[in-house]
Amino acid sequence: MIRDPKDLKRYNASERANHWVVGMSFILLALSGLAFFHPAFFPLTQLFGGPVWTRILHPWVGVLMALAFLIIFVRFFRLNLMTRMDVEWLKKAKNMVDGNDHDMPEQGKYNGGQKALFWTLGVGMLLMTVSGLLMWRSMFHVDTQIVRVAVVVHAATAAVMIGLIFVHVYAAIWVKGTIRAMWYGTVTRAWAKQHHRGWYRQMTGK
Amino acid sequence: MALQSLDILRRSATTTPSTQVRAPIEVAKLIDVSTCIGCKACQVACSEWNDIREEVGECVGVYDNPTDLSAKAWTVMRFAEVEEHGRLEWLIRKDGCMHCADPGCLKACPSPGAIIQYKNGIVDFHEENCIGCGYCVTGCPFNVPRISKDDGKAYKCSLCSDRVAVGQEPACVKTCPTGAIQFGSKEDMKDYAATRVEDLKRRGFENAGLYDPQGVGGTHVMYVLHHADKPELYSGLPSNPSISPLVSLWKGMAKPLATLALAGVALGSLFHYVMKGPNEVSKEVEDEIEDEDKRERADKEATK
Ligand code: HEM
Ligand code: SF4
Repeated sequence: MIRDPKDLKRYNASERANHWVVGMSFILLALSGLAFFHPAFFPLTQLFGGPVWTRILHPWVGVLMALAFLIIFVRFFRLNLMTRMDVEWLKKAKNMVDGNDHDMPEQGKYNGGQKALFWTLGVGMLLMTVSGLLMWRSMFHVDTQIVRVAVVVHAATAAVMIGLIFVHVYAAIWVKGTIRAMWYGTVTRAWAKQHHRGWYRQMTGK
Repeated sequence: MALQSLDILRRSATTTPSTQVRAPIEVAKLIDVSTCIGCKACQVACSEWNDIREEVGECVGVYDNPTDLSAKAWTVMRFAEVEEHGRLEWLIRKDGCMHCADPGCLKACPSPGAIIQYKNGIVDFHEENCIGCGYCVTGCPFNVPRISKDDGKAYKCSLCSDRVAVGQEPACVKTCPTGAIQFGSKEDMKDYAATRVEDLKRRGFENAGLYDPQGVGGTHVMYVLHHADKPELYSGLPSNPSISPLVSLWKGMAKPLATLALAGVALGSLFHYVMKGPNEVSKEVEDEIEDEDKRERADKEATK
């Protein structure tokens, strides 16, 4: 049952499924990748049927995530082009984090922080995919010197990406009424008016 | 093949010390390139003792066969024809794992106990713990480990750790018909090498010397070379090998620090929530929307 038919549609079913495929594969990749990152995380291999299976599965999940991310990227990059308003927003982001969002500039469907995250993740995904393919010993034969660069890039980018995803997930938990956009695609009008007023006006004509 | 656990100096992907109470002497294999005749008896002995048989290849125009190390060929003879001082020289080098004191393979390996360094200096792969990621290939400065196409595991010369453990010399040493391969304590091998180097110098090879590269902390397979100033002549033996700075960066302090930073982000988020509270939709905005709805409904009633 839809509680309020006037709720605003933020994501359609296919966009949500797309996002969940990326999200789930990212979590699997982070857990399986960290197992090789440092001995402290090696026990994580038990989640994937043992160390050898973890090594075999990780790159294939990577391929899945790379494809799913590519689709999401094409779908959303236009909505994530930065504007002057976004820069203003980013300059005031500290107030936002302090829990004081009264005089934040009006935002469209995405705010400056979300857009910055979008582009950083985009670059990160590209680096992860290229370096990951180069390190894939059972699949490709690559010059050792290149592999040495790739492993450093892969490990460093992974650490940055995992940190960014922590922030991404936390932001969704912190801003109440957000997670439902990923469950069933809608948000309340009040949520939209408060956090994305530009988008709210565009959707409601008010 | 496991020696006694008390003889383990280091194991891969292990952050606590291995057994330190016992301190046996270091061993070394000395390969005197100047007395090697390239007969490949050592290659055959290696194949027999370890019971591995690389496919019989084809002649590619030189004596090299197999042409490269593989999961089933842990040592190969490399034949180089070079011109030095206006003379043709046929430089033959027995290639294989150097058993580095500071092994890049072990440093790179992510699987606990897949690579073991014994106190006697032998670096051994324990295939039952090998996961087949190939990180040892990335770490090795001598391009030695090979991943098997049959089982996806890494293989290389074990310096016959199983034979050495029971007081025998490696199979290649036992079989060498000219005595070009010697085995003993590292000290003894260095002493013996010194006599060989002296002899070579007397015979006009003024750059003769011992190859025991300090960039990897010295090795437990050493060469006597007539041209120790140009090891590259011997089918690309690196002149100053060391673990690549990229590998050290990859396996260094950055990772524990990054782990702490990630824990910091996670805890920071938790405490942000606890201290600043959630970012809820304000009552004010909710009321505005409700009022609008009410007005809309009232308008509709009125026009009815
Ligand atoms: C996008 C496609 C990806 C591919 C093709 C890929 C491939 C690989 C490969 C081949 C390895 C070596 C271990 C193995 O053979 O399984 C590896 C390690 C690793 N991967 Fe990925 N990966 C991808 C994405 C990711 C992502 C998104 C993450 C992070 C969330 C990640 C985190 C890691 C980590 C932390 C390691 C260990 C690096 C180290 O040893 O320092 N990977 N990856
Ligand atoms: S030569 Fe390569 S495989 Fe052998 S001990 Fe050194 S780093 Fe390891």
